Amino acid sequence: MTTDLYVSVSPHVKQDVTVEKIMWTVVACLLPPLVLSVFVFGFQVLYITLVSVGGCVAAEALSEKALKRPVTVKDGSAVITGLLLAYVIPPGAPVWMPIPAAFMAIFVSKVLMGGLGFNIFNPALIGRAFLVATYPVAMTTAWLEPIRDLSVFKYMGGGVDAVSGATPLYVLKHYGMAAFTERFGAMSTVYRDFFIGLRPGCIGETSGLLLLLGGMFLIWKRYITWHIPASLILSVGGLTWIFGGDALFTGNPLVAVLSGGVMLGAFFMATDYVTSPTQKTGKLIFGAGIGALTVLIRMKGGYPEGICYAILLMNALTPALDQRLRPRRFSEGATV
Amino acid sequence: MSPKPMPTFPKGGVHPPEMKAVTAGLPIESMPPPPRVSLFLKQHVGTPCEVAVEKRQDAPPPRNLLYHRHPGRIYQILVERKDRVRTGDLIGTVGDKVGANLHASLSGAVDGVADVRHPMMGKAPAIVISGDPEGRPRSYEPTDWRGFSRQGLLNSIRNAGVVGLGGAGFPSDIKLAVKPDVALDTLILNGAECEPYLTCDHRIMVEHAREVVEGAKILLTILGISDCAIGIENNKPDAIERLREVIDQGDAGNGFRIRVRPLDVKYPQGAADQIMQSVTGRVRPSGRRSSSIGIIVQNVYTAKTVYDAVALGKPFYERVVTVSGKGIARPANLRVPIGTHLSDIVSHLGGTTPDLAKVVMGGPMMGFAVSTLNIPVTKTTSGALFLTKDEIDTQDYGPCIRCGFCLDACPMGLEPNNIGIWVEAGRGAETGQFGVMEDCFECGSCAYVCPSKRPLVQFIRLARIKIGEARKKREREERIGAV
Repeated sequence: MTTDLYVSVSPHVKQDVTVEKIMWTVVACLLPPLVLSVFVFGFQVLYITLVSVGGCVAAEALSEKALKRPVTVKDGSAVITGLLLAYVIPPGAPVWMPIPAAFMAIFVSKVLMGGLGFNIFNPALIGRAFLVATYPVAMTTAWLEPIRDLSVFKYMGGGVDAVSGATPLYVLKHYGMAAFTERFGAMSTVYRDFFIGLRPGCIGETSGLLLLLGGMFLIWKRYITWHIPASLILSVGGLTWIFGGDALFTGNPLVAVLSGGVMLGAFFMATDYVTSPTQKTGKLIFGAGIGALTVLIRMKGGYPEGICYAILLMNALTPALDQRLRPRRFSEGATV
Repeated sequence: MSPKPMPTFPKGGVHPPEMKAVTAGLPIESMPPPPRVSLFLKQHVGTPCEVAVEKRQDAPPPRNLLYHRHPGRIYQILVERKDRVRTGDLIGTVGDKVGANLHASLSGAVDGVADVRHPMMGKAPAIVISGDPEGRPRSYEPTDWRGFSRQGLLNSIRNAGVVGLGGAGFPSDIKLAVKPDVALDTLILNGAECEPYLTCDHRIMVEHAREVVEGAKILLTILGISDCAIGIENNKPDAIERLREVIDQGDAGNGFRIRVRPLDVKYPQGAADQIMQSVTGRVRPSGRRSSSIGIIVQNVYTAKTVYDAVALGKPFYERVVTVSGKGIARPANLRVPIGTHLSDIVSHLGGTTPDLAKVVMGGPMMGFAVSTLNIPVTKTTSGALFLTKDEIDTQDYGPCIRCGFCLDACPMGLEPNNIGIWVEAGRGAETGQFGVMEDCFECGSCAYVCPSKRPLVQFIRLARIKIGEARKKREREERIGAV
């Protein structure tokens, strides 16, 4: 026998799904909203996104090098963080903005925690929370009016202030429903525009349609389950319907779900494996909790949008949820 | 709510590529006698038994006893060197201990006892027999077993050295000698054969359907019950059809109710807990035997072997092994003498391909990888897989990304993710809370789905060792404390 044989513990065959494959599939699912965003908010969003992805990948490679750990950028997780970080930055923000956020997201909140699998908080949202705290003006006012005539270079090279438009949630929160209708048109127009993505908002959060398609693809591939997106969306919609109007049961659930970052958060951020519960029941509670906190922040908090902090707060609860909610053992169904 | 049969077990499970098409249609082929066989004194996993080989009745008193020394144990071998044996001769027995008789699988001369590579246990003592080209195998004639007493049937099974062929190889007569106060109602014949590649049970059901059904009747007679369900995954329609034919032709009015239960394909359907739940809806409580829910499970191949033992009086010394994988020149369902070395099987089947990367004894999900072909087939070897690099997993593993896939895949509702993390953190002794000891049967579904390719079964085995060590340490400390 001259050949060297592999010897290992069973099983000897494994499913054709790897961490890299999952991560790069998520990246692919995140690209359509970016393409749309280029047409809606202009070409500069591409620069912001490239800086963000580049910043995250560089932050991971450099920090792992510095800590003498194996460099893991090819697993694709830093690319996802880069995309998601860019997607929660306003399209009129300066191009360098993602760089400090990438450092916080990757180095502080991920690599220092032990790398992929060990971070408690969603890195991209840590990046966003950091930016909201350090550059609050840009993060809350650099909104752009959607471009409807394909003039994608309209916002290049300044002049942003002149056209910045308030987000739907900002208008709703500070001026009420009448102003909202005046600003965004009749409800049928609002649903259509918001669903496609023609509304002011962060770079990658506006298109309910493309985010839904991407999320459905991931569910169909069984990379994520429906539990977190469904409970999150139902909870945002339901609680807004009950408490979000002038009287009980008069809020508009569809507007609530299609504005802010609910769709992006529900399908791509709250479902992050590392920072969400592993059990089904835990996932349902996790999603519902994010929804409830989001509505609470939107209605009572200082910010018009709350999904970012809602997810981060529930991230902190994930270990507790996983510890309390154990899977049901086979023998618990014993028939004797 | 009374338990109901279901198409397949509801909790967990995976769907690895079946890979059975290569050999499913190949009729069982008998291999010519190999030049030598090595018969391990201990052919089954787990059950501790000291094996002493009994003197053959017709041999003169031995002059040179062969003593074999093994760490902590001395085996007394009463077959003399150069003794001539014929197939079916008793060469090893365990007296009244838990274990199984061992029979010569080749006509020839006893070479002696040697330490031989074992698929699981490193090296183990085995009786080596060199074949005699002139030697003729015994032939066996069927007799009517219906007049036998229950004890007579059990004795035939014990004498023939029959062990369970579903995996662990537990001696069948001991499993079947259920105490009279245990209320049984169903015998399940396990024909799921859920492991990829393997088709030996499939071929047995197709080609030896009559023996399988007769074996079921013998088992029912021993157990004193009349209901038998043969659970077969519906990827074996020819086996289902053939068995139904045989059952329909069978003598009616003898009181046996044997039926075939087709099951949806899902791994690990063939595990005892899973097939019991699929077929009857009943779930075994943790730590109790299957008889506690009124069921005895036997592999279909065991039933056939029981028939051979009882009706033909033929000892269990040869078995069908599925030889498959892209690394073997000619895949086959091969009937080989127990103790045949893989190298002899390989040369009979035209050799291995140059890109052979892994050799597995058993199925790819639960089988054992071996490092050499100089290793013999045991009573429980269902397959010999010669796998090339594109058929196996060779990737390095990464950290747990908490995807939860293993939680969905585990048929027992355990937490392989946590077991792995705890073992890596050096806290394997504390993983008892995840059900490592009592419930995990190492089906490998967790490791199969893990996208980080984590060796979860290996972590689980380490956890078991750590828990065992901690338990021993505690007991020792308690003893010292008591003094």
